[in-house]
Amino acid sequence: MEWVNAVLQGTLLGGLYALFAAGLSLIFGVMRLVNIAHGDLIVLAAYLGLTIAVGLGIHPLLALAIVVPVMAALGYALQRGILNRTMGDDILPPLLVTFGLSVIIQNALLMGFSADPQKLQAGDLETASLTAGGLTIGVLPFLMFATSVAVIGGLQWMFYHTALGRAFRATSDRQDVAQLMGLNRAHVFGLAMALSLAVTGIAGVFLGIRTSFDPSIGGSRLIFGFEAVIIGGLGNLWGTLAGGVIIGIAQAVGGQIHPSLQLLAGHIVFLVILAVRPRGLFPKMEG
Amino acid sequence: MPDPVLSLSDLDARYGDFQALYGVTAHVEPGEVVAMIGANGAGKTTLMRSIAGLIRNAPEAIRWKGQAIGRLRADQVAALGIALVPEGRLLFPSLSVEENLVIGGQLKRPGPWNLSRVYDLFPILQERRNQQSTSLSGGQQQMVAIGRALMSNPELILMDEISLGLAPVIIKQIYEALPGIVGQGMSAIIVEQDIAKALSVSARVYCLQEGRISLEGRSDSVSRDAISRAYFGM
Ligand SMILES: Nc1ncnc2c1ncn2[C@@H]1O[C@H](COP(=O)(O)OP(=O)(O)OP(=O)(O)O)[C@@H](O)[C@H]1O
Ligand SMILES: [Mg+2]
Repeated sequence: MEWVNAVLQGTLLGGLYALFAAGLSLIFGVMRLVNIAHGDLIVLAAYLGLTIAVGLGIHPLLALAIVVPVMAALGYALQRGILNRTMGDDILPPLLVTFGLSVIIQNALLMGFSADPQKLQAGDLETASLTAGGLTIGVLPFLMFATSVAVIGGLQWMFYHTALGRAFRATSDRQDVAQLMGLNRAHVFGLAMALSLAVTGIAGVFLGIRTSFDPSIGGSRLIFGFEAVIIGGLGNLWGTLAGGVIIGIAQAVGGQIHPSLQLLAGHIVFLVILAVRPRGLFPKMEG
Repeated sequence: MPDPVLSLSDLDARYGDFQALYGVTAHVEPGEVVAMIGANGAGKTTLMRSIAGLIRNAPEAIRWKGQAIGRLRADQVAALGIALVPEGRLLFPSLSVEENLVIGGQLKRPGPWNLSRVYDLFPILQERRNQQSTSLSGGQQQMVAIGRALMSNPELILMDEISLGLAPVIIKQIYEALPGIVGQGMSAIIVEQDIAKALSVSARVYCLQEGRISLEGRSDSVSRDAISRAYFGM
């Protein structure tokens, strides 16, 4: 039963990792951009949630109503103002610029909020749980998992059944021909980054409710995100969810064997999958 | 003579240090079909990509109904009513046949062309509408590329070697569809290696040679001699 429970908790945690990774997967799929600052943007969203929840005295989940649109707007501005200028055949400039952005965000947060750990207070929701057949599920982790699945399902649906998704896929296929169809690449990229950071907004608030955070933790969130994206297959959203869940389970089972194995187990599973299937489990974008 | 819809004056185009077009001057009248011929590497594709906005030029070098459009982006040019059927077809592999057509119409320019008219023109595409575009034969892919351009209801359509790599029967079929496409007020520039074919569908012809216009004439009256001189510079 302990093991079943570990798998269950790992699955729920994996949903959160998938949410960290979904935004990363989306922009890589659309514009082949690897955003090194993604983890720091998650942390930024957590601080934004904190500021709003404390400042307005509202529940952090309610703060999402502000965090998500603000992050989306930030994403659009970031892409149009800075990142579009670095996009081209060479993949190095966007890597360097997002690396720089990562450093800037960390230091700005440090100045604004100090290095003290913070947490978003979700009240009774944090301790509420459901018990069934000897298994206990926290309401909050379950809520987060369900949201992750819904967000990824929603993104997938958007990709394959809406005009915006069609524009994303066309631009991903052939940027210049997409331009001939009247799609302004700069705008399409802006929208992709807006969507990516909207998801990041949710991920950041969830992160802040689940664990304490400080300005420096972005990097480790980014690692889990990357691992989920790569295990799942680059640019495949359902694959990303599967990747997140696999890492979550590996960590939970590893932690069950010995607490010190928790993080290591996740990385080992990642490396093993990468060795066996270098292109990930589900390499192609599929509908 | 009516005012031209498109006029090129002294158009230069470069790829980095390499200059591909030198002082190209040409025009297209409303409803006119113009053929653009020339040897491999003469600069035909470069010219089409320049007009379509994929290569940026001096603003005044390209005029659309009098407006200087040489500097506009391709999406802005498309919105004005200029569509390119690119060399090599360049369909979107992640999109189904129908999605390839629909995205061609996403500017929602008003006009006679829509999905059902494209399917009337190329019925096979309706049968294949849900397939991945890459699973089609070369000829069918070319039909999608033409249909995709038509979906934007262009006033000028640029067709870059639509017969490239296709079997003669398919080429014949596609060219038989041409009169149903142009001649409804739509102008066209047809880039073609097959000179006889190009002359038979056009009113006027230009020949490019090493980036320069080497011949301009009426398609029904240019001599074979003049064409071979313009083609090869001999
Ligand atoms: N992307 C590019 N970078 C550098 N040079 C190029 C590029 N594309 C074309 N060229 C050069 O520009 C010149 C004109 O090429 P272009 O493709 O316009 O010729 P074309 O008339 O369309 O030839 P073809 O009949 O083979 O299609 C050629 O010398 C070609 O090598
Ligand atoms: Mg060519």
